[in-house]
Amino acid sequence: MSTATTASPQTVASDAGPGGIVQPAWVRVTHWLNALGAILMVLSGWRIYNASPIFPFRFPASITLGGWLGGALQWHFAAMWLLVVNGLVYLSLNLLTGRARRRFLPLSPRQFASDLAAALHGHLSHEDVARYNAVQKVAYVGAAALLVLLVLSGLAIWKSVQFPLLRALMGGYDNARIVHFLAMSGVVAFFVVHVTMVALVPRTLRAMILGR
Amino acid sequence: MTTYDPDRSRTGLTPLDRRELLKDANRLLAMPARRRFLRSGVTLGSLAAMTGCSVTDSKTAESLLMAVSRFNDRVQAWLFDPNRLAPTYPESMITRPFPFNAYYGIDKVPSVAASGFRLQVSGRVQQADSWTLEQLAALPQQEQITRHICVEGWSAIGRWGGVPFSHFLARIGADLGSKYVGFKCADDYYESIDMPTALHPQTILALTYDGRTLPAQYGFPMKLRMPTKLGYKNPKHILEIFVTNEYPGGYWEDQGYNWFGGS
Repeated sequence: MSTATTASPQTVASDAGPGGIVQPAWVRVTHWLNALGAILMVLSGWRIYNASPIFPFRFPASITLGGWLGGALQWHFAAMWLLVVNGLVYLSLNLLTGRARRRFLPLSPRQFASDLAAALHGHLSHEDVARYNAVQKVAYVGAAALLVLLVLSGLAIWKSVQFPLLRALMGGYDNARIVHFLAMSGVVAFFVVHVTMVALVPRTLRAMILGR
Repeated sequence: MTTYDPDRSRTGLTPLDRRELLKDANRLLAMPARRRFLRSGVTLGSLAAMTGCSVTDSKTAESLLMAVSRFNDRVQAWLFDPNRLAPTYPESMITRPFPFNAYYGIDKVPSVAASGFRLQVSGRVQQADSWTLEQLAALPQQEQITRHICVEGWSAIGRWGGVPFSHFLARIGADLGSKYVGFKCADDYYESIDMPTALHPQTILALTYDGRTLPAQYGFPMKLRMPTKLGYKNPKHILEIFVTNEYPGGYWEDQGYNWFGGS
């Protein structure tokens, strides 16, 4: 990671809050609860998928959660409350505190393209962890959007009779399963890249645990 | 009712013995799965412990998950709209062949004799009489082409016909304020449903499949067809129907499936 070349010219002034707090407590708490909820949902979801695969493969049973279909369903329909309630708290506080606007806007396609090019060449600076570059903005907003899509497609599968509009939006019951699977794949892809980036820039992990 | 290997002299077992043995065997078969479930509970308990939660042993994890499942029953009962209809489909969309599905293989499908068959009715009803298949066929009939959704995720569209269950409940003078309607089946399956679902306009006591008498593999002599519930909630080979306020459980629910199981 080169810190000499910066794609974003405004990294001089820090966006950290009072006391140098980069991630306020509510962001840290909701982040880790979301991580736990998403991991439980994905691992139990893989076990449920295995009961009737929609693609010609199954997930290795050893990396799934629940032991059998009934156990996996219990985990899935318990962890969903954690994921949904925590997600609603996260989204509400982001809007109420103005963090969403400060952290994720402005966001232009041009900035995204130049930051992506810089990132792929290893030239994107993470000097100020309080300021997200355009690639980070797209990744985090995209991950949140995928989680919302997962919840909506999941509702269409779970309650296909009670939510006819949602069922229609997902293209019917069978198609909702495919949407659910693809959104899960997107979240898992995000997870892999996210964890890799944290390993490359460990200060972000420190900020997400200690706040600064 | 259930016909198994008639070669009694070889096994020395009466059909009743064999039925009990099979029942036990099926219970035992379910046990390793339950143990795997518990073991995963331990792993996840450790994971939860790392994050500061106190779910550190499998018993705690399992009872917590069961408590959430009971909570989800209440949420689903609240979400259930008694007037919301499941989608219906044209005949061209029927899945052919419609899949056979049970907790046993197709060679173990019970064969119930039509002659002399009587559906038993008991519990909180005014007329606890038994019903012949002819009597049931003489009641008003209704057909539906709906989607059967399995808890495993797959779905199939089928065509069922039979007596609107709300009509049948009215005929037997069922106490409609009761909590549950329970079912006992010829394949040792047992099931129970909530009263609002029992009274749903698409809940039928199915006597036919695709215009013909319900074949053995789809649940002869009758199946309770509910397009608002997952497949395992739809009992086949029904011998007895009872109305009760005592939670009757169900074959799969007693092993961990969610009781409401609604779509």
